[in-house]
Amino acid sequence: MSFKIYKVNEALRDVVPQEVIDLEEKATWGDPKRSVMQIPTHKELLEEHSLCAGCPEAAAIRYILASLPNPEDTIIVNSTGCTSLVFPHISLHTVHSLFGNQNSVASGIKRVLEYRFPDKVKDVVVLAGDGATVDIGLDYTLQSFFRQEKITTICFDNEVYANTGGQESGLTPKGHVFKMAPKGKQFEKVPMWQLAIDSGCHYVARLTVSSPKRVEKVIKEAIYVAREVGPTYVHLYTPCILEIGLNSDDGLEEMRARDKERFKFFEYKTPEAEEVLAKYKEEGLL
Amino acid sequence: MQSVENKEKVNKKGQRLVSADYILFEAPREKHFMTGSEAVKEAVKRASVDASVSYPITPQSEAAHLIGELWAEGYVGVYFRGENEFGVMSEVAGAAMAGARVITTTSGPGTLRAFENFPMWSGTRIPVQLVLMARGVNAPLSIQPDNLEVDFLLDTGCMIWYAENVQELFDMIIAGFAVAEQPDVHVPVITAVDGFFVSHTREAIYLPPDDIALEPYNPYKSPMPVIDAEVPPGRFLRDPFVMKSNYISYATHASWQWEVRSAIERSRPYAKHYLKGLIEEFGDKDGDVVFVACGTAASQAKEATRVLLDKGIAAKVVKLKTIRPFPVEEVLEATKNAKYIFVPEFNVVGWLERELRKVLYKKSNAEIIGTPRVAGGMTMPTEVVVKEVLENIK
Repeated sequence: MSFKIYKVNEALRDVVPQEVIDLEEKATWGDPKRSVMQIPTHKELLEEHSLCAGCPEAAAIRYILASLPNPEDTIIVNSTGCTSLVFPHISLHTVHSLFGNQNSVASGIKRVLEYRFPDKVKDVVVLAGDGATVDIGLDYTLQSFFRQEKITTICFDNEVYANTGGQESGLTPKGHVFKMAPKGKQFEKVPMWQLAIDSGCHYVARLTVSSPKRVEKVIKEAIYVAREVGPTYVHLYTPCILEIGLNSDDGLEEMRARDKERFKFFEYKTPEAEEVLAKYKEEGLL
Repeated sequence: MQSVENKEKVNKKGQRLVSADYILFEAPREKHFMTGSEAVKEAVKRASVDASVSYPITPQSEAAHLIGELWAEGYVGVYFRGENEFGVMSEVAGAAMAGARVITTTSGPGTLRAFENFPMWSGTRIPVQLVLMARGVNAPLSIQPDNLEVDFLLDTGCMIWYAENVQELFDMIIAGFAVAEQPDVHVPVITAVDGFFVSHTREAIYLPPDDIALEPYNPYKSPMPVIDAEVPPGRFLRDPFVMKSNYISYATHASWQWEVRSAIERSRPYAKHYLKGLIEEFGDKDGDVVFVACGTAASQAKEATRVLLDKGIAAKVVKLKTIRPFPVEEVLEATKNAKYIFVPEFNVVGWLERELRKVLYKKSNAEIIGTPRVAGGMTMPTEVVVKEVLENIK
């Protein structure tokens, strides 16, 4: 583990924007109790990131980054899409390799880190969109669950291929009209959270990112269970305000509306997961 | 000096850690009799491999099983069966990014299923070793020897080496790690052999003792930071993620691709050393009939030179050990007196003939004849090679 994980090049320090320097100076390392409450004073994601203004995915990433219990020893594996655009703007180790192979890459990384550093805790977290997780990468997502890989998989579900211009995805609700589904989607939204349970995940949650504190709790629980028991899955609704025709200040309202219906908070824990979470709670880490 | 120091170093299996030079050139060797798949096992056993991921496909399955046995015995750190070749090649990529020395194996259609990974490997600058037991691709379905898939791999940014026999396969696997892991190379190496002809054929092989093993891979010598959260700087993205629409982004991406190709070029001196040259010449040095070939096509051509000699025709074989980098200078020198160049191949497209024509264009007066060419599992009997020569020379 190194706290020097992110360093601004000294030769460039006087010319880079202040918020880039903030990524180094206002990062929160070495504190498992770090939380979303520190967002106003700490820096995890540049304001000038490349997602759209008001994008709920940017909020989700900010909350997740502030919730990671062990950022200095966390590897994030992402995939192609809007999610991948944000990773040049954070200060953690991240990997992008292909579209859809994120859980395979994460499996290789996690197993080798366990082999190389048997006495250290290294968390591996997958952050990818619904296309990457459930369409092109479904096989690799589920197979990593079957194999009981100790990784946390977080899906940003915006119910559409947003980055390529708004095409239907497997997570689009039935009947919604998007490109490539000009007559409306012909089949139901894939119940990925249920597939995750059936495939062996020990902690599964489905929620919108309307509540930062709830996101924090879910992320911490998912990571702690993955660390000690096996695969965990978090399904987040991060609507694409652009593709569903909302204004940049409408994201929160959209998520609050969905909190009451298809993204009603849902959580699943195996008995082994409950045991681990009780232990962390006792230690004051939850 | 390093080898003196390493006399003290022993791994957890009690193997003394030694240099690739020691394993390849200095260690005493004993004669054994085994298949190519078994030779892969013997090489991996002596190579301090950290991780391997497998998937069944004929004819490489046995080699992959045997690596699994080494894992069960404690010689390999991480091993499991992946979900399919696309997943496997991504899993080994993750393993290599996290700092492991990695080997995997595949064949024919598996290569194509995994394909998107190969340029990702080279672009990510990971020194993964892939042992490719060439088999040909569908359709129609075939599991027989045919090396069409090697053609598809030529421009992936990976080094492509080609072993002729079981002995060369063993030596190339050790050399492959030594060359691919050089900090100024650090790109993947694909070690190809002809499926069945090498993978399943039992041959004499000389092996160093198994109580020595290659010094472990040091990921901190990588030109790219290891993804293990131990070293600064944290990378924003492991590969150059340059999707902005501006000229600097385009130029960055282009130069990165050039750099991968340059890394392959920089492998030449290392490969020359560890492979004892990028080509091997066999037969009459001054023969004006020259076969340029790789793999078992070279073996058949070698046999043909003996038959041709009986008929009063002086012929030689120029066997290529590396295809990427292509041994340009060596081939120009070895064919400078050629009147006829034959390119025997195990595929219908003649990719080696095409490569050779590109190199010899305007530099050779020899007539290049892309025969004999067999595929789909056909063998290449010496008689066929000889017949092609007799029919084509004047």
